[in-house]
Amino acid sequence: MLQGITSEAFILGCSAIGAGLAMIAGIGPGIGQGHAAGQGAAAVGRQPEAQALITRTMLLGQAVAETTGIYSLVIAIILIFIRPLLTAYLNLGL
Amino acid sequence: MFEITFNLLNREIIIPDTIVNVYIVVFALLIFAMAVNRKIRKADLSKPPSGLLNVMEILVETVENLVKQTMGEKQVWFSPYIFTLMAFLLVANLSGLLGFTPPTSDYSVTLTLALVTFTLTQFFGIKNNGIDGYIKGFFQPLPFLLPLNILGELANPISLSFRLFGNILSGVIIMSLIYNALGLVAPLVTPVLHAYFDVFSGLLQTFIFAMLTMIFIGGNFDN
Repeated sequence: MLQGITSEAFILGCSAIGAGLAMIAGIGPGIGQGHAAGQGAAAVGRQPEAQALITRTMLLGQAVAETTGIYSLVIAIILIFIRPLLTAYLNLGL
Repeated sequence: MFEITFNLLNREIIIPDTIVNVYIVVFALLIFAMAVNRKIRKADLSKPPSGLLNVMEILVETVENLVKQTMGEKQVWFSPYIFTLMAFLLVANLSGLLGFTPPTSDYSVTLTLALVTFTLTQFFGIKNNGIDGYIKGFFQPLPFLLPLNILGELANPISLSFRLFGNILSGVIIMSLIYNALGLVAPLVTPVLHAYFDVFSGLLQTFIFAMLTMIFIGGNFDN
């Protein structure tokens, strides 16, 4: 035990830090979606008549690129709201 | 909004409000469908449709065209399922505007929908390629890629369900954080966020889910 901190509070704090670190993964989808949007804008500039098809393809690609970001979001949500580490610690019965 | 708690065999069973909202959405759609059905039966076939029927016809035609473009001309018979899926997801995602907890912010709902897509994909994969062709597909392009192919197939429903769930749940969490932090001043800020998280994100995720469902299932039909 650290000075004046209960083990439960320490685990909760570390879970919060872990959730924050997990969300670093949000950088990847951000860059990817931005790149797709930029390419989409360029494509509309070249072929304005195909705008509907380009928009649809772009949105679909962005949704797939978003997957890794969503995974990290789910991990962060689980760490904060479901607290598996705290449950595991309490189950140890130390 | 409404959480149901009851005792069964000395065990307390809690039905979360998201599941209750699923049934509210389903019954609302059912009543709407029955109302439209009654109007269609009464409609005069010699005249062009007007009002609500016109809107419904536009919606049905849009979905049919979407299915034709994504899955091929012969697979138009799939559009009723896609339309049902879209209608349910649309009303479910937009129900946050009325103060309900969106049903799609519960993982059990999105996983169920994703598993329906997964089952249909595997079913049509076996039906159209035969059981030997289906198994052979896992050994494409090289035989030692079998574990990767199986993992890739299993990742589809997981990513499909988490995508919808994560998008809607993140909106719900951010909204509730802001409502709790700002208190009475919150209505000044939240309309913009409602427009983004509920309307824009809800519409987009509905479209994405339906499109990916069509692509996954349509990949088994050769056009």
